[in-house]
Amino acid sequence: MIVRVQDAAFDLGAEANAFAAGHSDMGALVTFTGIVRDLARGDLDRMVIEHYPGMTERALEKIAREAQERWSLGDVLVIHRYGDMAPGEQIMMVATLAPHRKDAFEAAEFLMDYLKSRAPFWKKEFTADGADWVESKAEDEDALTRW
Amino acid sequence: MDVLYFAWVRERIGLPKETVETNAATVMDLVEELRAREERYEAAFADLSALRVAVDQDLTEFDAPLEGAREVAFFPPMTGG
Repeated sequence: MIVRVQDAAFDLGAEANAFAAGHSDMGALVTFTGIVRDLARGDLDRMVIEHYPGMTERALEKIAREAQERWSLGDVLVIHRYGDMAPGEQIMMVATLAPHRKDAFEAAEFLMDYLKSRAPFWKKEFTADGADWVESKAEDEDALTRW
Repeated sequence: MDVLYFAWVRERIGLPKETVETNAATVMDLVEELRAREERYEAAFADLSALRVAVDQDLTEFDAPLEGAREVAFFPPMTGG
């Protein structure tokens, strides 16, 4: 399991290739990438992500461990950024390696559902009019019940 | 014990972290002590349904005991991903 919490941008392709390298017994690699989405009005200047150093790593490792217990996986990768980001920048990625695609897809979805509401990150959106904390959505919490 | 605040809780209280001398038995007791201090704490803790709490970096509930706890953190629901 690889969990990284960092300020710096990451290279999605390089990370995915390095993660999958040397696992010739794994037939499936699934990656998901979260991107800073502009607002419907198209006026997002930047997003700032705050996190809880220490707890963040603990929470992500716990979620990744649970995925490894539930599905037949070769490995799990989670990279999540914090700090200042512009619209279009990549915020985070998860990758799962498995012998077969079903485990890789399901585990990646599970990781994302839990990471959204159980890992201590908070997003703040800045526009010319001011700044607002992004509110959690009821459906994010509801998404956990399917697991 | 160290008390940490994140996101708008941090902004409302006006600091990210403080050391609190307390004999609070539960998280709720600690919340009541903080609320009684100043208006900014009252403002931050006005609606507990909008808050989450972690004790020693594990998510927990407001009725959780604080015996032996080193660190308590208050924050809004998380928005990762």
